[in-house]
Amino acid sequence: MNNTTVVEQKPQFAIKSGLQQFLVFGSLILLVIFFSIASDNFFNFSNIIGILLSTAVIGVLALGSTFVIITGGIDLSVGTVMTLSAVMTGVFITIWGLPVPVGIVGGLLTGALCGFISGFSIARLGIPPFIATLAMMMIAKGLALVISEAKPIYFTDNEVFMEISLGSVLGDLIPGFDIPNAVLIFFIVAIFGSILLSKTIVGRYNFAIGSNEEATRLSGINVRNWKIVIYTVTGVFTGIAGILMASRLNTAHPSLGAGYELEAIAAVIIGGTSLSGGKGTILGTVIGALIMSVLTNGLRIMSVPQEWQTVVVGFVILLAVYADILRRRKS
Amino acid sequence: MRKGWMMAALVLVVFISACSSNGGSKSPSATTKSPGSEAPAKTEKLYVPVISKGFQHQFWQAVRIGAEKAAAELNVDITYEGTETESQVDKQLEMLQVALDKKPSAIGFAALDSQASIPYLKKAKDAGIPVIAFDSGVDSDIPLSTVATDNAVAAGVAADKMAELIGGDGEIAIIAHDQTSRTGIDRRDGFKNRIEEKYPNIKIVDIQYGGGDHLKSTDAAKAIMQAYPNLKGIFGTNEGSAIGVINAVMEAKAVGKVTIIGYDSGKAQIDAIKNGTMAGAISQNPVGIGYETVKAAVAAAKGETIKPAIDSGFVWYDKTNIDNEDVKAVLYE
Repeated sequence: MNNTTVVEQKPQFAIKSGLQQFLVFGSLILLVIFFSIASDNFFNFSNIIGILLSTAVIGVLALGSTFVIITGGIDLSVGTVMTLSAVMTGVFITIWGLPVPVGIVGGLLTGALCGFISGFSIARLGIPPFIATLAMMMIAKGLALVISEAKPIYFTDNEVFMEISLGSVLGDLIPGFDIPNAVLIFFIVAIFGSILLSKTIVGRYNFAIGSNEEATRLSGINVRNWKIVIYTVTGVFTGIAGILMASRLNTAHPSLGAGYELEAIAAVIIGGTSLSGGKGTILGTVIGALIMSVLTNGLRIMSVPQEWQTVVVGFVILLAVYADILRRRKS
Repeated sequence: MRKGWMMAALVLVVFISACSSNGGSKSPSATTKSPGSEAPAKTEKLYVPVISKGFQHQFWQAVRIGAEKAAAELNVDITYEGTETESQVDKQLEMLQVALDKKPSAIGFAALDSQASIPYLKKAKDAGIPVIAFDSGVDSDIPLSTVATDNAVAAGVAADKMAELIGGDGEIAIIAHDQTSRTGIDRRDGFKNRIEEKYPNIKIVDIQYGGGDHLKSTDAAKAIMQAYPNLKGIFGTNEGSAIGVINAVMEAKAVGKVTIIGYDSGKAQIDAIKNGTMAGAISQNPVGIGYETVKAAVAAAKGETIKPAIDSGFVWYDKTNIDNEDVKAVLYE
């Protein structure tokens, strides 16, 4: 099997990204310590839950984006595809009156289909990822408005739906441990993503394509088909994010979500995944997403004006990418 | 094989064009002709493009209903379009430019930025096209009239209600929709100034901006509640901001502890007022804004004199009056 060359590369990545994750994790801890000292109201159970809850949607988007970024690609459509998935879930549940599980499957399939189309455009039609997903971003944005007739779709008649994000299965099991389901789902999706990336053939080919696409193709792997699979995986994650958002707001809002893709990409990059592909971990992305929301939350609690919050986040992204470049120079 | 793909692509193109011609009437920037107008726009019938600030909120859809109502009554053609978010100042200017190029009879314009549009408005003036500003004013005397809610006065009423509900002292906060638009500034400052002038025991501890995005407003409001555990009330300055505050208070299980006052309407706010989560809200009269804008534009196009400021009015609504007919008339779901 020619694949062995590909497989052998893996441990090397694991060591490098291990150091990287340590650094990223260290920054997260430093931030938490800083904000805890700066404000008495930062480090307590309800605020930590608040931070985790605000990480969930962007976090799941970032998890999905990790896959395509590792191939050396990009997915700019995740923000609006998330919105479209939410709207479709709303159509299934509120407008057609179908049961909640059907609506969830509908939302996931919407995400998967959009991902599939992006992947197909990239792998089969040869359109660069940036352009193909930019087009998908607009298509999804437009369709979300057309389908919903530019009106929000409410889930108010359906109490079960809101429980998806804001109920607490853990709180029911262990009294007082009221972690919202959205947070639980975020971590489950992360574990699932981590297994998919590090233990399965999808992940192995994902890294292979990202580190050397030509070599991967020459070793007999159908790169095109695997790319479609990977973009579809990202689409499914995006669908999950859409359902989480709709459930938390109890509304599918057709024009939310624009700009979320950039926050997701920022989280992935802060987490140490390289934009040039071939390198990255799910754990890194989880920490990257947490850093983003800890920063936003902490600066808000300190009552730092909003304008400055955005400036700070921008600098953090610069720092993270520069750190990545420094590490690569050393090795 | 290659032929197969090309056929597929062709089918797709045909499909898309078919879709767009069907779906066209539902698209946000659709041309709306008044009923009974078979004639193309080229006839002597007046044409008034109305450029709003978006359709993110139901508010803009309600303005559209009012504009269409006036168009039908006065037998004129209108188009109604708006930006996707309330921060796309540049896109709105393009829309304004395109509208000017069509040489309309008059223009209705809700400026996202009170300064940026001035060069375009000068072009309109030079071309002899009357401009009616609505919702937000412009820092210029070119618009013949501004149809708007006096947001500063309305937000002052919200401040009085807040003071009354929290007993005249304590900490409160504001979740505003933006720092640059006229409505954002007027509502924030109208509320703030009233509190500072009249209620020395009430302290506004924080003002955060959520851009009208529900999720971001939710997280911002939660962070404020976290930072100020004794917070007694939050004012949300538009629909998205107010819904964010409602979500945040519900998620933090602080219903009843934190008094919420909102702005505009929409189903989520109406439900929250009915079930007691929200104390009340200020509503503008969006249908009236759309209606008065088109009416003033038509009058201006015909050379009639119009008042420089047309107040479309506002109402305070809460549990006690939400079902009254006159209140219901200005609310939208």
